[in-house]
Amino acid sequence: MARIGVFVCHCGENIARTVDCARVVEELKSHPGVVHSEDYKYMCSDPGQALVRKAIEENDLTGVVVCACSPHMHEKTFRGAAAKAGLNPFLCEMANIREHCSWIHEDRGEATDKAIDIGRTIIEKVKHNVPLETIRIPVTKRALVIGGGIAGIQAALDIADGGAEVVLVEKESSIGGHMSQLSETFPTLDCSQCILTPRMVEVLQHPRIKLHSYSELESLEGYIGNFKATIRKKARSVDEDLCNGCGDCQAACPSRKIPSEFDAGIGKRSAIYVPFPQAVPNIPVLDRVNCTRFKAKRKGIEKDVCGKCQEACLKGAIDYEQEDSFVTEDVGAVVVATGFQLYSIGRDQPAGLKGYGEYGYGDVPDVIDGMQFERLASASGPTGGEILRPSDGKPPKTVVFVQCVGSRDPEKGIPYCSKICCMYTAKHTMLYKHKVHDGKAIVFYMDIRAGGKGYDEFTRRAIEDDGAQYVRGRVSRIYRDGDVVKVWGFDTLSGEQVVVDADMVVLATAMRPQPGIAELAQKLSISYDEHGFINEAHPKLRPVETNTAGVFIAGACQAPRDIPESVAMASATAAKVLGLFSADELEREPTVALVNEQTCIGCFSCEQVCPYGAIEHVDVCDVEGHVCGVVARVNPGVCQGCGTCVAVCPSKSVELQGFTDEQIYAEINALGSW
Amino acid sequence: MAATDTPMKPDGFHPRITAFVCNWCTYTGADLAGTSRLQMASNVRIIRLPCTGRIDHMFIVKAFERGADGVIVSGCHPADCHYTAGNYHARRRFGVFRELMDFMGIDPQRVTFSWVSASEGAKWKDVVNETVARVAELGPFDAYHELAGDTVTGGEPAPGPFEAASGAETPDPLEELEVGR
Repeated sequence: MARIGVFVCHCGENIARTVDCARVVEELKSHPGVVHSEDYKYMCSDPGQALVRKAIEENDLTGVVVCACSPHMHEKTFRGAAAKAGLNPFLCEMANIREHCSWIHEDRGEATDKAIDIGRTIIEKVKHNVPLETIRIPVTKRALVIGGGIAGIQAALDIADGGAEVVLVEKESSIGGHMSQLSETFPTLDCSQCILTPRMVEVLQHPRIKLHSYSELESLEGYIGNFKATIRKKARSVDEDLCNGCGDCQAACPSRKIPSEFDAGIGKRSAIYVPFPQAVPNIPVLDRVNCTRFKAKRKGIEKDVCGKCQEACLKGAIDYEQEDSFVTEDVGAVVVATGFQLYSIGRDQPAGLKGYGEYGYGDVPDVIDGMQFERLASASGPTGGEILRPSDGKPPKTVVFVQCVGSRDPEKGIPYCSKICCMYTAKHTMLYKHKVHDGKAIVFYMDIRAGGKGYDEFTRRAIEDDGAQYVRGRVSRIYRDGDVVKVWGFDTLSGEQVVVDADMVVLATAMRPQPGIAELAQKLSISYDEHGFINEAHPKLRPVETNTAGVFIAGACQAPRDIPESVAMASATAAKVLGLFSADELEREPTVALVNEQTCIGCFSCEQVCPYGAIEHVDVCDVEGHVCGVVARVNPGVCQGCGTCVAVCPSKSVELQGFTDEQIYAEINALGSW
Repeated sequence: MAATDTPMKPDGFHPRITAFVCNWCTYTGADLAGTSRLQMASNVRIIRLPCTGRIDHMFIVKAFERGADGVIVSGCHPADCHYTAGNYHARRRFGVFRELMDFMGIDPQRVTFSWVSASEGAKWKDVVNETVARVAELGPFDAYHELAGDTVTGGEPAPGPFEAASGAETPDPLEELEVGR
């Protein structure tokens, strides 16, 4: 006979404001099988949990229903409380009367009725709950970090320093990410490469970090503690073991006019190249799209042309025949640190984005984006750190900076604030004024968002010490007029139209997630928001975890982030990963499928739909030991508990523990009485 | 707020909707709707399942048998399933089930099949309100009770099981599903 205890939480005012908790307690008290029912202001508090424990002990409860918030919030809390009182934790369930009731309804009568219904369904379910034991699984103490920007580097180093092994995968030929492209960083103006490159070298030399550069994640199988990652090592055309990074191949390459991705398109590179001198690893990659030899091959010329790099390489490391290869790595946790891309406003736009044709980006050579300006200002950039405009190489005397290009513009498809542009624009005006003393920097802004340690002081410095002229308003049009770039804007403070004859315009374009993020998220079974940023498990309390156990996030793949935040997130992720690795075995929820081998007919429909390959074949023997049939069995370590096998089983021989047919029909039946 | 967002109930009919949702996308999306305080009709009762792939169609039939006037089935968007492919199985089965519903005399318009991701609290609100409005328009579902000789709900005689469906024009859910997000 069931002895259920019902606990109704007020959640301060959050539930009690719209749900009459006393009435819920009264109604549910008389529900068949309920022997105890009470309410309390904060059930999740210590005294609240003590009430639950006390009631379990005093009333010898066989089940607990907590009418409070979402199970995603406090199921663990109350199951823990139940366990402390000696009740199997899986006999405790949450009835969600906050997120699914009190917060979304205003009519007190309707909300209370609904809360009672929700309580009844869960009571009926709990009557059919059975004690379950947690599953213990081994943990591979090795982490996969995807992305070798500052977030990935920091996460990899912190995890490796903590004693676990790390596999770092970077899709480009060198780690470093966007930070390696920057000239100086706000708010200290310290040289970006000077602080980053030692960390990059540390990664390469760390005994516990294995680096796969120019590689991408092909697929991920398994589950927390036991993933198997397949990594595609893209054909580099250079043997990584033979190459000693001398650079002779690069010097010999005759194709030298290819826009450099590292220089954001304003510098040039050869077809075989290392993106920048401090690249880690310092191994070149052959760009087969632009290489004369491969171009000729694609045109159908049979004779081998060029081959200068191969001739120049004394180590014989150049391998034109190299193909993509695959390696598999066993890991226990995955960190996604894929970073961002800039809203490329002039070129083709993906669905949902409109671009800014009116700003002339891509058509007017002296209209550049923030990353291109970084390269102009960088000592390692194409101009050696001199600010020279792209069209004629003259130092620009008037530069207009436009903030919020893309960001905070729902009309163009991006409603969010990219967060870093206010700061880097202030930095750009300073870098510019420090190099072109008689130059004029004009900034068009919507608001200045300089929240952060030393950030507001930094923007004040740009305005007060370096004389950047800030104009509050939007720019409507940018076009070329002879030698100058005309900028039409509006000063909303004076209420006047502003027209500036600029020599160069720098657009602070929005931050967007990396291309291909959706495909990656699908490989990892994690979710992402409408903009493509990865969803965290909880926006406040679980910011570096995802809803897939064992998969973590760091940096700008989750939302626009600056460097200090990315680093902090990466270290937080490392702490989470190391926490996961601190035990030899993990405990997993036992909500897995179970086959009744007595009734299984051995059709293996379950095997066909199981996404995890958790179904095993088991021989059935007669009394004499002869095999007389084959039935299915679920490997509980591999099963993730989706329940697809249950729904397809024609003989109803599979049950999903925690979500059995009995439990679900009980819930449906409970709703019949409303 | 609530009064304007809750669809009008002509003749005081309160449709009863049972929702079968997956734990990872739609349940979390409904949580987000709550956290965002999006007001919606109070007619829906959610049954949480790990995945839409877990849904046995007898659940839906049972829900109608037990007096639901409408059913919502909602899970992760195609390709976003937490369990890789459960929603594809659900989608395929739903295509077959729709035929069966027709045969059983349940107007397919009483069932909403949708994808609501964990970040689509607002979409969940729309799914709820639209379904409630549509089912309110269709009226109570008591055909099953009549067939079963059950007089729980009583009231007006229901349209015969094979009578043509009336009510608002709704987009074919399966067509929409093929498109994805």
